[in-house]
This record gives sequence, structure tokens and C-alpha cells, in this order.
Amino acid sequence: MANHLFLPIVSLMIGAALAVLFGRQRWVARGIVVGSVLFHLVYSLRLLWVVAEHGRQVSQAGGWLAPFGITFVADGATAIMLAVASLLTLMTVLYSFASLDEGYERYFYYPLVLLLLLGVSGAFMTGDLFNLYVWFEVLLLASFGLITLGGTRAQLEGGLKYVVLNLMGSIAFLIGCGLVYGVVGTLNMAHIAERMQTIQQPGIMTAIACIFLFAFGSKAAILPLFFWLPTSYHTPPVAVTAIFSGLLTKVGAYSLYRVFGTVMQNELLHLAPWILTIAWLTMLVGVFGAMAQMNVRRILSFHIVSQIGYSVMGLGLASSLGLAAGLLFTAHVMIVKTSLFFIGGAAEQIYGTGDIKKMGGLARREPVLAIFWFLGIISLAGLPPMSGFFGKLALLQAGVTQGAWLVTGVATLTGILTLFSMLKIWNEVFWKKSYADISKLPRVSLGLLLPGALLVVISLALGLGASVLVDYTSLAGGQLFDQAGYIQSVCGLDGCEAVFQAAIR
Amino acid sequence: MSILLPIAIGSLFAGAVYLLLRRSVVKLFLGLTLLSHGVNLLIFSMGDGLRRGVPPITAADGSTLPGTTDPLVQALILTAIVISFGILAFILALAYRANQAVNTDDLDDMVTTDRL
Repeated sequence: MANHLFLPIVSLMIGAALAVLFGRQRWVARGIVVGSVLFHLVYSLRLLWVVAEHGRQVSQAGGWLAPFGITFVADGATAIMLAVASLLTLMTVLYSFASLDEGYERYFYYPLVLLLLLGVSGAFMTGDLFNLYVWFEVLLLASFGLITLGGTRAQLEGGLKYVVLNLMGSIAFLIGCGLVYGVVGTLNMAHIAERMQTIQQPGIMTAIACIFLFAFGSKAAILPLFFWLPTSYHTPPVAVTAIFSGLLTKVGAYSLYRVFGTVMQNELLHLAPWILTIAWLTMLVGVFGAMAQMNVRRILSFHIVSQIGYSVMGLGLASSLGLAAGLLFTAHVMIVKTSLFFIGGAAEQIYGTGDIKKMGGLARREPVLAIFWFLGIISLAGLPPMSGFFGKLALLQAGVTQGAWLVTGVATLTGILTLFSMLKIWNEVFWKKSYADISKLPRVSLGLLLPGALLVVISLALGLGASVLVDYTSLAGGQLFDQAGYIQSVCGLDGCEAVFQAAIR
Repeated sequence: MSILLPIAIGSLFAGAVYLLLRRSVVKLFLGLTLLSHGVNLLIFSMGDGLRRGVPPITAADGSTLPGTTDPLVQALILTAIVISFGILAFILALAYRANQAVNTDDLDDMVTTDRL
């Protein structure tokens, strides 16, 4: 038992409630938000260590035994995702201080950010399928608020599409939960995994797995389901887009990893060729979409789609090696993509537009910003010594080892195309001569520069110290793929069915 | 009864899909409402006592007592109703504000964020 798993959840709830109460006192609210996110970060860093040292951490809500109550489980993958999520939220909050109008702070921006992190943390930690649905709704409701806060026409239009298409995904998820309960009679993930091994009709589980692929895929923005993303992500303020890019689609990817990698491993093996096909199509379509765009944030939004293809590739390889590589890549891309949104957003704020044709000459005027942008794009494209190189290297190694040549080839090609597409922003915004007089433009403030720069430095550090990260993600990938170990951690050595049978007698 | 439930679920889904494919925002909202009802009934149909979800109180030999059923599906539906109520209320408010801003009920006119 490890009841400390509820700490980050409860602390964020308290933080959000206090931030609502003190919403009018600007500095008090800021202090509360930074305090609770900082606590979350410290906790998740400690959790990284605890999991590495003592293995999976499990706690049962209300003291109910495992298949009956709601279980919280933290393994390596959970700890990595929690740590990255809280780091990104902290940076976003700092960026918001410098970039947002007072109106946002007055109208409950900070409580919504905390609730978003709350939903994300719950989704990472829960060991119960229906509970995962509830956490998804928590984070989606917070994101609905964040994407429409401000109420401009573009936000309302983009927000409506975002809300409706995400609701469709949620409904599919709910259908999947209902069907799983109908077929195996339980919702605890460990218990589902155990009962699926002895199931009479394997075909129906494949059908249910496809529903989950649809549900999580629409959250993660995989190929035919990504349309809500590029149409809505450039409408809210930059800080909101940045935190969305870091957290939201990655929760979908994490849920795919958890549900397919741990719970429905047989179905993962069935569906692996299809998942790999989706992966390389998503990579290509995302990067081609990005090439056609002329707006900084829309280019970056399409790149989110493209990068999700890599995360899904890690899943489609259907091995602990692939999952470990996918986790490594996902953690890296969360950090780098958010930093690029911060830096691109700072450039956008200077020019007052995100249209790259109307920008230019920034490398001479803001050389520091330009340096960090350049480091960011080579990390995203996957060049050494940045973390992106090791993320892609791990995925390509796993792909080659398992003979998945097509997806590996497309992944390599997509890396080159990503570099090409990001260099377009570099050329237009930073390198080319500006036609207008840029000497009158405002200078970038330290508050806008620092969060993005810090994340780029972290990406560099993760690249230079890659062995630590690679070791940790291979531990996490092993834990994620270790279904028997998961069941034993949650329900004890005899498994969930034994607990269940003993209790209903 | 057992044949009526699938018919009801199917009709709700069919009506929902039809409404979702219309261009009006109001019909979109009504479609989502029907869809959430359809899903709730679908979950309800998953919990009948013949399946593996067992009522919490059973006879001494483990057989199901008459008049008892699996309560978990009802708890799930209750949760789902509350969540979908909240989200649908939000969508209604959002659709109203979007209608004010764009001055149309037609989804095909809301394309400013789609342009290149």
C-alpha cells in the first residue's frame, strides 16, 4: 500500500479551490498556483526515485480490495509522465505571468490550469477503466474552459469543433467501458487483463479493442481522427496552446500504452500491423500538413499530429523495447514541443501576428531567442546532441530489431521533412531580412524567453545525459509490458480472480 | 423487454447520427443528447444478471437471489449522466455564444479557423 499516491490529486484539488477563492487577489492566486504545481513537481520527481527503487506503487481507494475498489497504480511510465506534465505546467504558469492579460487571471484561468493537471495526473495513475473515463472528463472540461476563455470569434468556432469532436471520443470510450463490463464483468484493469486470458469469445474483445483505439486515438489525434487539433489549437492564447500540446494528446497516447500495452496485450498483438500502418500514415500526413501552413502555431500544431505517429509507432511494435522507446520519445517531444510553442509565441507577440510571411529579421534583433529556437528545432527534427536524437534513435533501433522496415523508413524520412518544415519558420521569421522597420517593435521580455529557454536546456541536458533517461525508460517499458507483474502488484500474488472468488463466497 | 432494449438503443444511435450530420448547431446539440442517452442504455443492457456481473448479495451457495441485480451498471450510468449533463450544458452555452459571435446557426459558416 502506498497511500501517498493520492497526495498530488488532493493537493491540486485544494490548490484549485483556493485559487478560485483568491481569484481577485492576483499575487495570492499566483502564489497558490506556483505552490501547488511546485509541490506536484517535487512529488513526481520523488516518485521517479521511489518507483526505480521499490517497483510499482499501488494504493486502494477507501481500503477496498483490488478488483472491487478504485485502484491507483504508479509504475515507471506513470512517474515519467507525471514528472514531465508537472514540469510543463510549471513553465506554462510562469509563461502565463508574462503573456496573459489580467482578464484571464481574473476569470479563473489558474484554477482551470490546476484542474487540467489534476485530470491528467489522475488519468496517468488510475488502474480502473471507468475511473480513467472520469479523469478524461475532468481534464476535458478544464480544457474546454481554457480553450474558450477569452471568447473571441475564432476561439468560439475552434472551441465548438474541439468540444464536439472530443465528446465523440469520450462517448466511444464510454461505449467501450460498457462493453468490457458486459463481456468480462469487471472494470479493474488488472482484473480485466486476467479474465481476458480465459475469455470464451476472443472476437468480441478485438471489436472492443478497436473501439478503444478509436476513443484514445481521437484524443491522441492519430490519422483519420486529428481534424479537431489544427482547427482549434491556434485560437487560444499561446500559453494555453503550449500546455495543450504538452499534455492533452499525450494523455491519449499514454492511455493507448496503458490499455493496449498492459491490459489488452493479445489484442495489441492482433492489431499491431494496423497500428503501425496508422503510425506511419499519421507521421507523413502530419508533416505534409505542416509544410502547407504559413502560420507559426498552425505549423507546430500539425507537427503535434506528426509526432503522435512516432508515439503510436512505439506501441505498434508491441514489445517492451518498442514501448520503452515510445515513452522516451513521448517524454522528449512533450518538453520540446511546449518549448517551441513558447518561443514561437514570443515571436508572435513581438510582431502581433503569427503569419510567417509578415515576420522577419528576428535573428539580428533577438539573437538569444533565435539560438533557443534553433536548438529546439534540431531537437524536434532529431539531431544530436539534443534529446530528440535519442528519442528517434531508440524508436528506429526498436523498429529495425523487429524488422518493421516500412515504418522505420517513413520515420526517418519524416525526421528530414520535419527539419525542412521547421527551417521554413527559421528562414521566414528569424533569418530573412524584414521588409518593414523592425527597430520599433517591442523587445522580448525575460518572462517570455525564460520558460522556453529552460525547456530547451532541459532537452539538451536529457540529450547529453541520455543514458539515465534510456535506462529509466527501458525499466518503465519493461514494467508497462509486464502484465503478470502488474496483476500481482495490484491484486496480490494469487491474482484478482482469487480475491474476487474469496470475497463473493 | 429484452428485444425492446436493443431496438431503443439502435433508434437512439440512428437518430443521433442523423442529427449530427445536419448543418445546424441546435441539431448537433440534440444529436449529442440522444447519443449520450443511447450510450447510457447500452451500458444498462450490459448488466443483466445473466452475465458475469454478479449482485453483491447472493444466496449461501453463490446463486443469485430473485429480485436482485448487478448495481454497478446503474452506478456507471449515474456517473455518465452527471458528466454528460455538465458537458452538454457547457456545449449549449458555447453554441449560444458562437451563434452570437458568428450570427448564424449553420456549421458550414464556421470555417474561419479552417482556412490556410
